Amino acid sequence: MSKETLFKQGAIWAFIVVELIFFSVAGSYLSVSDSAFMDFDNMLLLLKQSAPIGIIALGMTIIMINGNIDLSVGATYALAAIVLLDSMTWPFMQAMGDWAIPLAWFFALLTGTVLGAINGLIVWKTGVDAFIVTLGSMLGYRGLVFMYNGEQPTSHLNWTLVDFAEAQFLGLHTATWFLLVAALILWLVMTKTVHGRNAYAIGNNREAAVNAGIRVGPHFLWNFMLIGFLAALSAVVFYSESGSVNPNDGMLYELWAITAVVLGGTKLSGGYGSIISTLGGVIAIQLLRKGLGHIGADTETVNLVIGLILIAVLFLDRQLNRTGKEELKI
Amino acid sequence: MTDHTPVLRLEDIVKTFPGVRALDGVSFNVLPGEVHALMGENGAGKSTLMKVLGGILQPNEGRIFIEEEPTVMTTPVQAKAKGVVFIHQELSLADELTVAENIFLGELPLKSFGRVDWGTLYDDTNAILKQLNVGFDAKTRVGDLSIANQQMVEIARALTVDPKAVIFDEPTASLTDAEKVVLFDVISGLQSKGVGIIYISHRMEEIFKITDRISVLRDGQYRGTLNTRETNEEEVTHLMIGRKLDLSRNESHHELGDVALEVRGLSCGKLFQDVSFNVRRGEVLGFYGLVGAGRTEIAETLFGLRDPSAGQILLNGQEVRIKSPIEAIGHGISLVPEDRKGQGLVLGMNCRDNMTLPQVDDLTAGPFVSDGAEIAIFDQYRDKLDIRTPGWRQTVGNLSGGNQQKIVIGKWLSMRPEVLIVDEPTRGIDVGSKSEIHNLIRDLAAQGFAVIVISSEMPEVLHVSDRIVAMYSGRVMREFTSDEVTEDSLIQAISGITGDKVA
Repeated sequence: MSKETLFKQGAIWAFIVVELIFFSVAGSYLSVSDSAFMDFDNMLLLLKQSAPIGIIALGMTIIMINGNIDLSVGATYALAAIVLLDSMTWPFMQAMGDWAIPLAWFFALLTGTVLGAINGLIVWKTGVDAFIVTLGSMLGYRGLVFMYNGEQPTSHLNWTLVDFAEAQFLGLHTATWFLLVAALILWLVMTKTVHGRNAYAIGNNREAAVNAGIRVGPHFLWNFMLIGFLAALSAVVFYSESGSVNPNDGMLYELWAITAVVLGGTKLSGGYGSIISTLGGVIAIQLLRKGLGHIGADTETVNLVIGLILIAVLFLDRQLNRTGKEELKI
Repeated sequence: MTDHTPVLRLEDIVKTFPGVRALDGVSFNVLPGEVHALMGENGAGKSTLMKVLGGILQPNEGRIFIEEEPTVMTTPVQAKAKGVVFIHQELSLADELTVAENIFLGELPLKSFGRVDWGTLYDDTNAILKQLNVGFDAKTRVGDLSIANQQMVEIARALTVDPKAVIFDEPTASLTDAEKVVLFDVISGLQSKGVGIIYISHRMEEIFKITDRISVLRDGQYRGTLNTRETNEEEVTHLMIGRKLDLSRNESHHELGDVALEVRGLSCGKLFQDVSFNVRRGEVLGFYGLVGAGRTEIAETLFGLRDPSAGQILLNGQEVRIKSPIEAIGHGISLVPEDRKGQGLVLGMNCRDNMTLPQVDDLTAGPFVSDGAEIAIFDQYRDKLDIRTPGWRQTVGNLSGGNQQKIVIGKWLSMRPEVLIVDEPTRGIDVGSKSEIHNLIRDLAAQGFAVIVISSEMPEVLHVSDRIVAMYSGRVMREFTSDEVTEDSLIQAISGITGDKVA
C-alpha cells in the first residue's frame, strides 16, 4: 500500500483517536456524570448504537462507489420494521410460536430487497438519475408506511426476540455483531469479487466500463437490492429489541448514512471509497454524538458541530487533492 | 498481398447525424498483416468511421465484412469478441483502478463465488507489460501514471485477445520517441501474426515509416487508396485537401496599429512555458500546433481562467493582472471558446439572450431586463455578421454551426473588445460557412480589432493570419510572417524540429 493511500484511509481512524483523546480530557473537566468517557462498557454501547445507521451506511458506500445515491433507505427501514413487527401478530404466525421469528425476519428482509429492486429497476430501465428516482421513492415508501397504520405506532414485543437482541457474545452486542459481519462480507465483495471491482469501474468511468462490455444496469440493480436488504437488516436488528415502530422512524437516516460515508472518504462522484473507512465514519459520528453529550452539549449543538466538521473535512480533502496551481478555475 | 482475403472490408458505409452526412459511401478493406493508414483532415470522418467499426455507432447504410462474413456489431464488446479492437485516442480508463484491472476491464478472470483471480490477472498483465517494455507493473494505480504511460495501458488492451484487426487512433499523440519505438515493435509483432491494422495519424513521417497502404477520406467521402511505397506526401495531401494544397496565404495586409496585447515569458506550470508574443491592432495572429501543445491553455490564461505561474501580460503597454473572466472582459479581452456548444452558448436559450449574456446586467429598465435594448443589440449584430435565423426567438440549438459561431462572435463584439481570441473558429462547421467565418475574421482585423486565432487546421491558419506562432509541447518554436511561412517549415516547427530548413 502506498504512502498516499495509507494516509487517505488512515485519516478517519486518526480522527477517531483525536476524538477519543479530546472527549476523555474534556470529559474529566466538563462531564455531568461521574464515569469516564473511555469506559469499556460505554464503548461497547457506542458500537451497538452505531449499528442501525452503520449497516445502512455500508450499503450506501457501495451505492456511492457505483456512482449512485439512495435517499429512500430511511423509508425502507421504517417499512421493513413495520412488516417485521406486524407480521408476528398475524394469526398463522402466532400459531407457529417462536418459529415465527425467522419467518418475520425473512418477510422484513424480503420487503427491503424488493423495495431496493424497484429503485434499481427504475434507475436501470429509465436512465433517470438515482437521486431523483430515490427522492421519489423516499416519499412513496414513506407514504406506504403511513398507509399501513396511520399515525399510530406499530408494536409487538416478543421476549425471545428481545433476549436475542440484547444478548452479548464475546462481549459484543448482537447488533454490533451484525454490523461487523456485514462489514466483513461487504468488504470481501468490494475488494475480492468481480462484481465489486466492476462497481468501482462503473463509478469511476462509466463510459469506459460500457465500452469494455460491463453491463452497467444489472450491477445497479444488484447494488440497490443490496442496500434495500441492508436497510431492512438494520431495521430487523434495531426493532427486534425495541418492539415498537413510529411511522416517522428512520427519517433522515439516509442523510446520516451519507454523512458517514463521505466522512469515510468515499467520493460523491463515485469510483473511490472503502467499506472499512465507512465503518470509521460511522464510529466517528457516533463518538461525536456521545462525546458531546458526555460533556453536556444538547442535541442541537451536536448536529451543528457534526455539520461543521463534515464541511471542514471535505474542504480539507479538496485542498489536499487539488491538481496544482495550473488547474482551470470555475 | 492481394491473394489474401481481407480481414476487414467496408462497403458503402453511410452515417448521418442530424444535418450532417458524416460518412458518405465509404468502402475500403484491410488485408491480414498489413498496416493500413487512414488519413484525412479534422472532420473528414475518420473518427466516425472508426466508431462504426468499433461497434460504438451504427451505420445508416452499408455493410461490414469480417473475413468476408457480413457482420453487424452493435456494441464494443461484440466488436471485440469478433476480433476488432479499438485503441481509443481519448483515454478511456478508470483512474482509481489498477493497471491490471483497466487492461482486463469487463473481462476480469474469475474464480469460485465470482471472486477475481488476482494471481492470473497480475501474471497475465505483467506478461503483456513486459512485451511493451514499460516501467510500471500491474498493481500501479492508473491515475498515478503519466499520460504517455496511460496511453500504453490503453495499447496493452489490444494484446489481451487474439485480434483480427486493431484500430489505432492517433496512438503516438502523447508518446515520446522511445515509447514510439516500442509501439512500432508491438505493431510489427501484430503484423507478423497476420493481424490487420488500421492506423490513424496526422504525422506523415510515421505514416511513411510503418504503413503499407494509405486510404484517404475527405468531407465524409472516400477519396482513394494509395500504396505507400509508390506515393509521396504531396500526393497524399492533395487527396486529403482536394486541391493542389490550397495553402493560399493571406495576402491582404491592412495598416497595423499599436501593439494591443503583449505577453512576456508567460508560463503556467507544466502546461506551457516561457511564451512570448505580441499582437497589434488590425492584425490576425495565428497559433498553430498539435492538440495538447498548450495553445488553448494560453488563451484560457489570458482570459483569466488559469493563473499563470510566471510572466507578464501587457495591454496597451500597461501590465495587467487578470484573475477572472470578468476582469478580462473589463480589460477588453474576449474569448470565443473551442467548444462552441459546451462553452460558448447556452443551447436552450434563444439567439437574443445568448448574444446579450455578458452584458445583461447593464441592460435594465428599472428592475427588469430591457427587452428593447436587447433586441436592438441583436438586430445590429445580426445585420453586421449576416446571421441567418428566423428571428431572435429562435433557440440557438436549432441553428447551423456557422450561425451559432456567429452568435458567439457577435456576443463578444457587442462587448466592444480590443483583443478577440478565437479558438478553433470553424470546428464542426461546413465548408461554405468556413470561408464566411474566415472573411469575418479578416474584416474584424481590418476594423482595428487585434485578433488571435487558434487552429489545428493548417489551411485555416495560413488563410487568415498575418503572423503565425508555431507551438510544440508548451513552447513557442518559431514565429512566421505570412510571407515567409511554408507548409514544410510550419510542420517541422510544430513537430518540435528546430532545424531551419529553407524551403
